[in-house]
Amino acid sequence: MAVTAEHRYSVVINPFHALLLGGALPLYLGALLCDIAYARTYEIQWSNFASWLIVGALVFSGVALLFALVDLMRDRRRARGFGIYILLLLATWLVGLFNVLMHARDAWAVMPMGLVLSVICSLLISLAAWFGFATPRVGDAR
Amino acid sequence: MKHKTIFALAAAVMLLSACEEPGPPSFGPEPDLPKPSRGVLPHMVIAEPAPWGDEQPVVPEGYEIRAIATDLAIPRQSLLLPNGDILVAEGRGGNAPNLKPKDVIAGYIKAKGTSSVKGGNRLTLLRDADGDGAYELRTVFADNLNAPYGLALIGDNLYVANQDALVRFEYQEGQTRAGGPPTKVTDLPSKINHHWTKSLAASADGRFLYVGIGSNSNITERGMVAEADRAMIWEVDAKTGMHRPYATGLRNPTALAIQPGTGQLWAVVNERDEIGPNLVPDYLTAVLEGGFYGWPYSYWGKNVDDRVRPQDPEKVARAIVPDYSLGAHVAALGLAFSVPAMGGEFADGVFVGEHGSWNRPDPVGYRVTFVPFRDGRPAGPPVDFVTNFRGADGKTRGRPVGVTVDPKGALIICDDLSNTVWRVTPRRGM
Repeated sequence: MAVTAEHRYSVVINPFHALLLGGALPLYLGALLCDIAYARTYEIQWSNFASWLIVGALVFSGVALLFALVDLMRDRRRARGFGIYILLLLATWLVGLFNVLMHARDAWAVMPMGLVLSVICSLLISLAAWFGFATPRVGDAR
Repeated sequence: MKHKTIFALAAAVMLLSACEEPGPPSFGPEPDLPKPSRGVLPHMVIAEPAPWGDEQPVVPEGYEIRAIATDLAIPRQSLLLPNGDILVAEGRGGNAPNLKPKDVIAGYIKAKGTSSVKGGNRLTLLRDADGDGAYELRTVFADNLNAPYGLALIGDNLYVANQDALVRFEYQEGQTRAGGPPTKVTDLPSKINHHWTKSLAASADGRFLYVGIGSNSNITERGMVAEADRAMIWEVDAKTGMHRPYATGLRNPTALAIQPGTGQLWAVVNERDEIGPNLVPDYLTAVLEGGFYGWPYSYWGKNVDDRVRPQDPEKVARAIVPDYSLGAHVAALGLAFSVPAMGGEFADGVFVGEHGSWNRPDPVGYRVTFVPFRDGRPAGPPVDFVTNFRGADGKTRGRPVGVTVDPKGALIICDDLSNTVWRVTPRRGM
């Protein structure tokens, strides 16, 4: 049986890069859950939590984006799946930036746009992580 | 250098904000109220502080101004004593924690527009014994206070509104130093103290004190619980310290004054930010007993503020429209009724100290205005009385806070940026 080990980006991804990429997902997801909690209870502390979680997600995904940009400069690293990954990560970061600014509004002025943006951020970071981590299907006859 | 960076940053922030050119703020009893709006970022424009140098505040023809005390420690409000001495409350209060990333950044930018001097937490006494207009005696009347702001004298009792309590000193005419530490009349709401200033006025009959207590947020972003006992004026029994809310829904009643003749309580109130350059007008109003003035649920009467949850339509339905718009974001912090001795067109009306805006692309305020009155009510547009606190070069040299009228014909102005007390008088022989 022939083993086809595709040269995917996930094979060469730096472990610290991977850690940041994986970490950004629960941060955005946490922000989304906090937004939902605020929308349901009007309890302002949830909204404060959401703001800080988005800042955390921006830091994590921002540094991950730097890793990806460095890899962009290095031919050897630009494996299959890399292009879509870096585009998704960049999109996540930009939407995240708008999201944190939206969350800087006072009280209910965050809603509903803040919640919508948190949903989009969570989806985008999930997709980015999917493409960043997609592994070659070792041992899988195709 | 550091300053340059900050102002470049502020400029960048401005560019990112919705940048339509706003019209001038709308004054008077029926101001224009545009639709609420906000860009991606709020407008934050702090006029760069600069020393006075050769510049001076500008007063109308026939008046002169001089600095009667400099190098104070954040002078806020003043009180004229019966013998002509002036007491100045100096301090800086508030201990509101940063709750959001936004608070950290906004706090940093706003601090660039204020003095770096430490608040004095004291009362300074100024005396001009020979009446030549130079206050040759300057002495500390009382210290170890906690961000004192409002001042009032009833008979031989001097009341001081600290940021956490209303206290009383015994006062004899001519005294230059308090006899001892003050006696507490009552505690004042002081948790968080987002708006920490406690304004003060004594009723005409001397039975009551009115204390203005600001809200604990711009628009409930610190939660509804934090707003218990906030955004209201208390009526305090001067003898017992017992108190009750006198009027509510006043976001930040920063200065109170009793109208001579009628005994009516008036206030200037700072309204909410971040819904546009011409919203919401700061206002001057006669304060009606039991009145509700809208905050946080609505502004300028029944205009609902959608940023507040849960809403309260029943309260909105009985929200009172204030008497007179001073213009949005001017930050009125001083109020005093004039006297005929002020002369000319400034004989009947109120002086208003305007600290100046931060939430407007084109800064407003930074001046002392005069609102003319007729038959005991505001009549006509406000008139500039002292200007040039913000120069033509866009730099800020002073920020007016409290104003006090001397019945002999003088206006005393506290300036908490250049840490100066100014005194404006009609020129002799006019």
